[in-house]
Amino acid sequence: MGIIKTVKLGFDYFKYDEDGNVQETQRAVDNVNIDIPEGEFVAVLGHNGSGKSTLAKHINALLLPTEGTVWIDGMDTLKEPELWKIRQKAGMVFQNPDNQIIGTVVEEDVGFGPENMGVPTEDIWKRVDESLQKTGMTSYRHHSPNKLSGGQKQRVAIAGVMAMRPKCIVLDEPTAMLDPNGRKEVLEAVHQLNRQEKVTVVLITHYMEEVIHADHVYVMDESHVVMEGTPKEIFSQVDVLKKYRLDVPQVTLLAYELKKSGVDLPDGILTTEELVNVLC
Amino acid sequence: MIRDITIGQYYPADSVIHRLDPRTKLAGTLIFIVSVFLFHTLPGYAVATVFLAAVIKISKIPVKFIFKGLKAIFLILLITMVFNMLLTPGEELWGFGIFHITREGVSMAVRMAIRLIYLVVGSSLMTLTTTPNQLTDGMEKSLRPLNRIHVPVHEIAMMMSIALRFIPILLEETDKIMKAQIARGADFESGNLIQKVKNMVPLLVPLFISAFRRANDLAMAMEARCYHGGSHRTQMKPLQYKRRDRLAYMALFLYFAVAVAFRAAGI
Repeated sequence: MGIIKTVKLGFDYFKYDEDGNVQETQRAVDNVNIDIPEGEFVAVLGHNGSGKSTLAKHINALLLPTEGTVWIDGMDTLKEPELWKIRQKAGMVFQNPDNQIIGTVVEEDVGFGPENMGVPTEDIWKRVDESLQKTGMTSYRHHSPNKLSGGQKQRVAIAGVMAMRPKCIVLDEPTAMLDPNGRKEVLEAVHQLNRQEKVTVVLITHYMEEVIHADHVYVMDESHVVMEGTPKEIFSQVDVLKKYRLDVPQVTLLAYELKKSGVDLPDGILTTEELVNVLC
Repeated sequence: MIRDITIGQYYPADSVIHRLDPRTKLAGTLIFIVSVFLFHTLPGYAVATVFLAAVIKISKIPVKFIFKGLKAIFLILLITMVFNMLLTPGEELWGFGIFHITREGVSMAVRMAIRLIYLVVGSSLMTLTTTPNQLTDGMEKSLRPLNRIHVPVHEIAMMMSIALRFIPILLEETDKIMKAQIARGADFESGNLIQKVKNMVPLLVPLFISAFRRANDLAMAMEARCYHGGSHRTQMKPLQYKRRDRLAYMALFLYFAVAVAFRAAGI
């Protein structure tokens, strides 16, 4: 069993009327079975409203399943009485950088998680130093978060999660509100953490370019996991992806169109170099 | 307009006063305020002036900067002085119709003015030398005994520091919404007071909605980072009294003793 495992996971959002009776239910995730081994970089793709954010919140026990089971590092989220043990194992970074920074100084924000966990003061400083260094934010430690760029704020948020020493990080569209530079900066930081610290990463996104370097990809549509595989396997099925209203990377699309018009090319070309090598 | 108010602002500088424990500064401000009301004669005010001047000198904050903060209370000051002068009964100095300026009135007005000015200068000295975060930390720690009668001290302090963190963000947002609404033809300038207030509705509604959305996001982010109230929580920067705090307390007690002695002797 991997570090994150779900079996037949289902979740309903309830809509209540004024008297508190359930008016209607909306299925956000349905029959989702995933198993993520430790140390992997996993991407979850999906159009708006496909249920990918709901799935992410289950990994952090912010939402508890209506059906099925979620195990995080062997702990059942429904049966664990102390949910913060799960939250410490699985950190989460959200979309809006402003709305997840609590401290008024960068280093204080990074220390917020360890403070909540009851880590002794000296240890907190050690953890803060470490995670600021890992995300390359050490030189900004005394700054106010309000004066940082979006990418830097997200790196602070990632540092804040890392200070809790989690086994995996869930990033829920961390780059959706950033400019291209900030996006690159955040992704580089995440990849580095995955490679060097062996942290399991679950990246929720709808940018195809961010998925290329993942180990494994899940595609969600209308609350179901509809595709699963390596990026190569996923992107070789351009037609299927289009059906789920997802774009493929430009290079892949070009290769696909070339192939359709008769050029002899293999499936699933993901990078420019790859295409150049095959063509020349 | 908001930028003109120096009360509650932080003035970064490297001084002993800045480095003092926020609890010491809170206690000091309290003692100073009480002393201002204990003194009621000129020699007394001279002692308070010397004390205040010494603290300002040590804090390395430009005097001009401190007195800029007094602009905000100028009107209140003027009104109290005028009312005190006109409405205190006693020996008449000058009269015109129903207005009588009395000797007692003048001395009362001067005393009130001094007290008001010293109150504002004294408390703004605290906020000028203490970051908002230190201030909430200090309040949290000094009010901790109230926990026993079930006052959620930690939660209140947490709310205050979050509010402080979001002030600049919400100001920026207000500005953005204002520009967006002006671009759509909204008018925030003309009309009488009632009309102006009415015109604020298209600004306030989106602002409130976004503030609630932010609050929701923030609550989730805090929960995701294991926040579960004040119990079992440790602190990254716990407050600790140093030697300079003990010295400051000694100076404060000396000053307070003088104030009490003055009052007792009736000087």
